[in-house]
Amino acid sequence: MRSKLTVRLIALLFFLLPFLSIAGEKGTETDIKSEIKAYIQHHLEDTYDFGFYSYTTDEGVHKYKGFPLPVILWDNGLQVFSSSKLHHGESVAHVGDAYYKLDHGKLYKTDAEGTINYDEYHHATNVKPLDFSITKNVFTIMMVSLLLLIVFSRMAKKYKTSALPSGVARILEPIVLYVRDDIAIPNIGKKHYKRYMSYLLTVFFFIWTINLLGLTPLGINVTNNIAVTFCLALLTYLITTFTAKKDYWMHIFWMPGVPKLMRLVLAPIELLGTLIKPFSLMIRLYANITAGHIVLMSLIGLMFIFKSWLGSSLSFVLAFGLGILELLVAALQAYIFTMLSALYFGSAVEEHDHDHAH
Amino acid sequence: MEKLIEQFSLGLFFWQLLLFVGLVLLLKKFAWKPILDAVEARESDIKEAISAAADAKKDMENLQADNQKLLKEARAEREAMLKEARELKNNMIESAKSEAQEEASKLVAQAQAAIESEKKAAIADLKSVVGELSISIAEKVLREELTDKAKQEKLVESMLDNATLN
Repeated sequence: MRSKLTVRLIALLFFLLPFLSIAGEKGTETDIKSEIKAYIQHHLEDTYDFGFYSYTTDEGVHKYKGFPLPVILWDNGLQVFSSSKLHHGESVAHVGDAYYKLDHGKLYKTDAEGTINYDEYHHATNVKPLDFSITKNVFTIMMVSLLLLIVFSRMAKKYKTSALPSGVARILEPIVLYVRDDIAIPNIGKKHYKRYMSYLLTVFFFIWTINLLGLTPLGINVTNNIAVTFCLALLTYLITTFTAKKDYWMHIFWMPGVPKLMRLVLAPIELLGTLIKPFSLMIRLYANITAGHIVLMSLIGLMFIFKSWLGSSLSFVLAFGLGILELLVAALQAYIFTMLSALYFGSAVEEHDHDHAH
Repeated sequence: MEKLIEQFSLGLFFWQLLLFVGLVLLLKKFAWKPILDAVEARESDIKEAISAAADAKKDMENLQADNQKLLKEARAEREAMLKEARELKNNMIESAKSEAQEEASKLVAQAQAAIESEKKAAIADLKSVVGELSISIAEKVLREELTDKAKQEKLVESMLDNATLN
């Protein structure tokens, strides 16, 4: 009985499909496409205020829901003002005796009218002041840092009363132990792993949390900023370089067990390798998260382009599936970054025994 | 690549560096160190507890083996004592028996000796009786001789026969 009913319902749905899809086609497709493209572009950029959503009223006025964040500039002295003065790039901010305006999400110094000059490649030629604003991404980083600090220091305090994990520690402790036992110890070795644990744990939980936040409807998008991934990769590089032992440098400049001439050839390659390793860390995290966000948003956008029951539900299913996949990617990228960092630290402190054999 | 460099925001980099390094240091002090220390202390506690339990088990086993040994020894001792007692009993019975035998044979010997002496006495008596009898026979024969010589001889003869039978 039930299967018969289902078949009938599906048949009815297919019967209704053409009508529904016809009802959806109204001829503003190119508009929607460019709007979606602009929206995705906008999503990938950093902003000066924390916006939840925006809409256009019937009168054609853009309305933004969210809250402003402080803009901090170094432009002949410190300039601090609220991002609400910029009005999302719709007007010129007058601070002291200087004028600032947003163009394509970037802040430029302008004259009182807010004119932006462009070169032949359509790049703005106005002066860009030194910008230390608390942007949406900086604000998110602060919030995530605060969250991690609160959660983990509370977790640490619980251990003072009982040796057994309780509450949230029951979930987090296995992850902490996983980072220790399956990432740090196998790659770095029992002798040296302790000095890297703080960095590895922080990097793992930071990237994971911030990636997960990127999948919420808040529209947060931190790890697809090259500056963020560059900073993390730079730290890995600096820690590797400054904790490296004699063996590490010897393997770069004077590879043992290789003919003398080859050593000369290998040295620049190895030296370059030390830079390429963190560079790949930076690009991998950046590219994975950016690609995930673009594809996910495109699939969500497809729902509005199809405007038909079949197409829209299909893109919904795809977007849903990809959303779940992105949950995995969020953890996976955190794992890979931590894992590879541990691997590089391991190579820096590795002690080879073949030196004695030569 | 050009787009990447263009996208690079110095402000974001500055804040990320500052906040992240701060986060690492703060978390190290307030979270990672206490957590990892507590976990390590717990792990070593567990390890100690496990080895202590193993030791206790070993001790228990040793104790049990000792008990078993003691029990075995006690059993063997009891066995030995029982055996000894049995032997003692047997010996006692044996010696009692042999003593009784001796006593009995002594009594028998005494009885035999008594019988022998009684017999001897009886024989001696008999001898004197026979003597008296033969004297009386001889008297009678002497008296008979006077009457019938043949008869007398016959009588003597039969009487003598009787006498030898005795």
